[in-house]
Amino acid sequence: MKKKRVNSSTFLLLITIGLFILMYAAGMIIFKEKGFAKPQMFLNLFISNAGLIVIGCGMTLVMITGGIDISVGSVTALVCMLSAYAMENKGMSAFSAVGISLLIGLAYGAVQGALVAYLEIQPFIVTLAGMFFGRGMTAVVSTEMISIKNELFLKWANAKIYLPIGTYNKKGIFQQAYLYPTVIIALVVVLLITIMLKFTNFGRKLYAVGGNRQSALMMGINVRKTIFLAYLLDGFLAGLGGFLFCLNSCAGFVEQAKGIEMDAISSAVIGGTLLSGGVGTVIGTLFGVLIKGTIASLITTQGTLSSWWVRITLSALLCFFIVLQAVIAGAKRKK
Amino acid sequence: MKETEKKNNTIWKRLTRHRLFLPIVCLLVVLLINVIKTPDFFSISINNGVLYGYLIDIINRASELVILAVGMTLVTAASGGQDISVGAVMAVSGAVCCQILSGGQVSTNQFQNPLILAVLAALIASVLCGAFNGILVANLHIQPMVATLILFTAGRGIAQLVTKGQITYVRVDAYKVFGGYIGSCPIPTPIFIAIFIVILMTLALKKTALGLYIESVGINGTASRLVGLNSTMIKFLTYIICGLLSGAAGIVASSRIYSADANNIGLNMEMDAILAVALGGNVLGGGKFSLAGSIIGAYTIQALTTTLYAMNVSSDQLPVYKAVVVVIIVVLQSPVFQKYVKSRKVKKEAIRMLEEGK
Amino acid sequence: MGQEIVLSMKKIGKIFPGVKALENVDFTLRKGEIHALMGENGAGKSTLIKVLTGVYDMDEGEIKLDGNAKPIVNHSPQEAQKNGISTVYQEVNLCPNLTVAENLFIGREPQKYGLIDWKTMNRKSEELLKSLDIEVDPSILLQKCSIAIQQMIAIARAVDMKSHVLILDEPTSSLDDGEVEKLFTLMKKIRAEGTGIIFVTHFLEQVYAVCDRITVLRNGQLVGEYEVKSLPRVMLVAKMMGKDFDDMADIKSDHQEKVDRKSVPVVEAKDLAHTGTIKPFHFDIRKGEVIGLTGLLGSGRSELVRTIYGADKPDQGKLKINGREVKINMPLDAMKQGMAYLPEDRKTEGILTDLSVRENIIIALQAKRGMLHPMRRKEMEEAADRYMDLLQIKAASRETPIKSLSGGNQQKVIIGRWLLTNPEFLILDEPTRGIDIGTKTEIQKLVLNLADEGMAIVFISSEVEEMLRTCSRMAVLRDGQKVGELSGNELTQETIMMTIAGGESSK
Repeated sequence: MKKKRVNSSTFLLLITIGLFILMYAAGMIIFKEKGFAKPQMFLNLFISNAGLIVIGCGMTLVMITGGIDISVGSVTALVCMLSAYAMENKGMSAFSAVGISLLIGLAYGAVQGALVAYLEIQPFIVTLAGMFFGRGMTAVVSTEMISIKNELFLKWANAKIYLPIGTYNKKGIFQQAYLYPTVIIALVVVLLITIMLKFTNFGRKLYAVGGNRQSALMMGINVRKTIFLAYLLDGFLAGLGGFLFCLNSCAGFVEQAKGIEMDAISSAVIGGTLLSGGVGTVIGTLFGVLIKGTIASLITTQGTLSSWWVRITLSALLCFFIVLQAVIAGAKRKK
Repeated sequence: MKETEKKNNTIWKRLTRHRLFLPIVCLLVVLLINVIKTPDFFSISINNGVLYGYLIDIINRASELVILAVGMTLVTAASGGQDISVGAVMAVSGAVCCQILSGGQVSTNQFQNPLILAVLAALIASVLCGAFNGILVANLHIQPMVATLILFTAGRGIAQLVTKGQITYVRVDAYKVFGGYIGSCPIPTPIFIAIFIVILMTLALKKTALGLYIESVGINGTASRLVGLNSTMIKFLTYIICGLLSGAAGIVASSRIYSADANNIGLNMEMDAILAVALGGNVLGGGKFSLAGSIIGAYTIQALTTTLYAMNVSSDQLPVYKAVVVVIIVVLQSPVFQKYVKSRKVKKEAIRMLEEGK
Repeated sequence: MGQEIVLSMKKIGKIFPGVKALENVDFTLRKGEIHALMGENGAGKSTLIKVLTGVYDMDEGEIKLDGNAKPIVNHSPQEAQKNGISTVYQEVNLCPNLTVAENLFIGREPQKYGLIDWKTMNRKSEELLKSLDIEVDPSILLQKCSIAIQQMIAIARAVDMKSHVLILDEPTSSLDDGEVEKLFTLMKKIRAEGTGIIFVTHFLEQVYAVCDRITVLRNGQLVGEYEVKSLPRVMLVAKMMGKDFDDMADIKSDHQEKVDRKSVPVVEAKDLAHTGTIKPFHFDIRKGEVIGLTGLLGSGRSELVRTIYGADKPDQGKLKINGREVKINMPLDAMKQGMAYLPEDRKTEGILTDLSVRENIIIALQAKRGMLHPMRRKEMEEAADRYMDLLQIKAASRETPIKSLSGGNQQKVIIGRWLLTNPEFLILDEPTRGIDIGTKTEIQKLVLNLADEGMAIVFISSEVEEMLRTCSRMAVLRDGQKVGELSGNELTQETIMMTIAGGESSK
């Protein structure tokens, strides 16, 4: 009766990590000529996806409670547009832009959280409205693209942090690998959220609410407050992630970050988070993001395939993981 | 005097408790706003042998949404989740149809293949998409939103592959019929197609036990199975129907612009369809459903869109208003709000009962 | 022992649309007593508890705790818990995706430097579980535990929180006798420490085994509060039903067995099995026979009938209906062969909550007829009226959603559903669980009547007495296997217990 079984969610996580290693290794072997094996390539995964990593963390939180947030993409777009507008059209400082971004995220989190938690409206609908609202507001601010030329902002955006590893280029000069502060921020967020989920009362409440809402209520957990806070935190992270995204793109425009919510959801699912709630880790989501990044890199490096193949491959992968989760759940039920 | 008062009471009560009450009220509110903004909102005229007017425009443009909403209602009712791939399936259907009609070329002035063949192929393709979703949801018990997420992300890619990355044009009058007019009939065809599909589906649901089965399966799949229902088959069937209807909507949409634009056909329509179902008073978690509600919801959304265009809102900014309206309506329909309203009624009744008891 | 009043509820009133759930109800709980709360279905027990624990708001009355003059109002279970009132409900209210330890301590986890101390939590859990004789590893996920163990963990949690008032709402429904004994030992321990326990239950024997006082409700009103030692069982039942009733009466004494032993069995199963739930078994039943299935929790009673019915597809074996071999892979096949199955858990497997009483009644017959042959409205209404009348189903109308009916009436609707299909073979799995005495007796009488008319019936129940009253044969199961059959003179509680325990060698 006291068997040591591999927890099924650990199992899924191992598959995700294994898949990532496999894909990346394959890329390193196949595309060695094109520089895939360079350490910079690996770091680029983090650099181009820093925003997504942070957004993914937030998404994981609400998914653990059994909810979802499809507004994150539009929050990102709105944050970028408003930051650009504030800095370029209103001459505000880069610090103000940070403040604005976080405030927008919090506002989103508060409103959506209140509607989901206290009015018990389906998260899908609420965040759908949020998505519409955000996209529309971005266009209301400006229908034209705004490039960011703020000095301090650009300084942040271009501040390379060099690492003591690298490769030699064709001329024999040692090129150090680098990353940006956005990556550090993203990884710190992952660490903090992981600690929160495992070691704080609030984190465990998230799992409880997602596992069985009725039971959590009966056990004396304030379910509504827990869900509200989950969305609040998710909104905050969406704002933060949006700002990191902005540091990447250095511009604000209407079509920005379209589809990023689906990337976040896919990353979470691939990373082992169950949409039904109660199960999930941000480490898993991190690897989900890395997998998505690897696919994009592989296809870009290959060069001839159209970019639609990224979407199709990601969908096929998502399909695989979804089916895998279903098969495991089915096997569990039979017992 | 008291007798008629009592009668009025029960009629009023029955009216407000009817599940179509809120959806109809919402529609009326939107129409009212329209009339206030545009005094000639309800006017209909005939120009060039064709009906014109805001109302006609709304009913016409809502056709695809109505068709989608029907499919979405059934899927929601039986599986408790939504099919977010319907927009992408529309794109696939339009792509297949146009590609066959153009014989693989980017643009054509005459049918390279029979229209019937193209339409059938498009519908079969969309049924296959529905089947794919159906297998994942019904047989593998995957959550609908997750399962349909796959085609949502991949569908347009597939459509792009079908049209070889370009927009395929079919500049043939006969093709424009679906989205345009049949001969000299003043009423736009999409309206007929929508009505036809609604009647067909209503008959299918009422004249067979399918409607009851869908509700039963949606409420309790385990119990349904134990009373002899094939839950899997019924859920699967709803996804096939949804796929088929998305295909039909895709053909209509593609016919309007006599081309297959994989990026834009059905764009964001999945969200509109889900909204229509929600506005119709249907529980998104499945169970009892009302087709009439969803249809009313679809027209409400279209009316809202038309209103906003008339107020010179740009299409990019349109979503803001939809969002606000949606939030208001969904808050009104929310269980907590309803409970609050009910508890006030109950308190009144409780006081009355206790008074009577004395 | 316990003269101090720890909980005082006075003149409690609660109204739902069209129904006065509670009217002028008083309830008093003393320190260090186990107080039974009893009543038929619709009596208001559940409602009273939900008002106390903050799930419902009361319309009238006041609640006072610990002798404080100021009345309290609980607006939520969380508030109730803060006020020292803990509840363990009939449905296991724990989170399957968390570990046992977490479920025990959630909301009050031991912490170190502001973060959860998992090591200490696991250790404390182990100590707690050991002190209650519950054998389970605290670090495993709850969903890996059996329902019985989950139930006990729920109780352990409440115990650990040292409440002044502990409410146990039908906690023994899923426990076997051994586990019930452990629970009683535990309850006595808690009582000795001064906690007041409210024990909501249907089981008379359990009330007399462990309770000090009884409060009886009937139709939302208080009948009275009594001391157990001065209230004979007969009188208790009479109070609950509002009439005289001899609960020890053997209904069966009027019943003559009309079974023709030489006829071809209606259902005959040979070596039928389903991997993982029930080992190969033989089973046969004839027209007019009532067979009981008995055994401990987890012995395979439900699994056996589910395999015959096709709810669990059999992996091997043969099945004959009236002498003809048939293959039954799913419930519809069984229904077409004249079988009917009342599931054990009506909440998750029986009722279609939002559908009306009418729709719930006709659904099985409709499924039998097929999707393309819908029943006409008139036919449905007549069928519904017929069974509402026959089974005395209390509902506002046939269009009322079944979820608004009480548990007993819901059960009657499900029984009506199956009777409408006119089965030759009826399986009743715990048909009287969670139902008041009056309805229980009605159902037992119904079973005997149906058998008289030639129906073959399988009756599964945890109450051996109930089965002794209705069955002519009993099949005994243990550990997923049929181990014996008893009939005639062997049908005594003693022999049955011995067979279950394993006195006889397996057949």
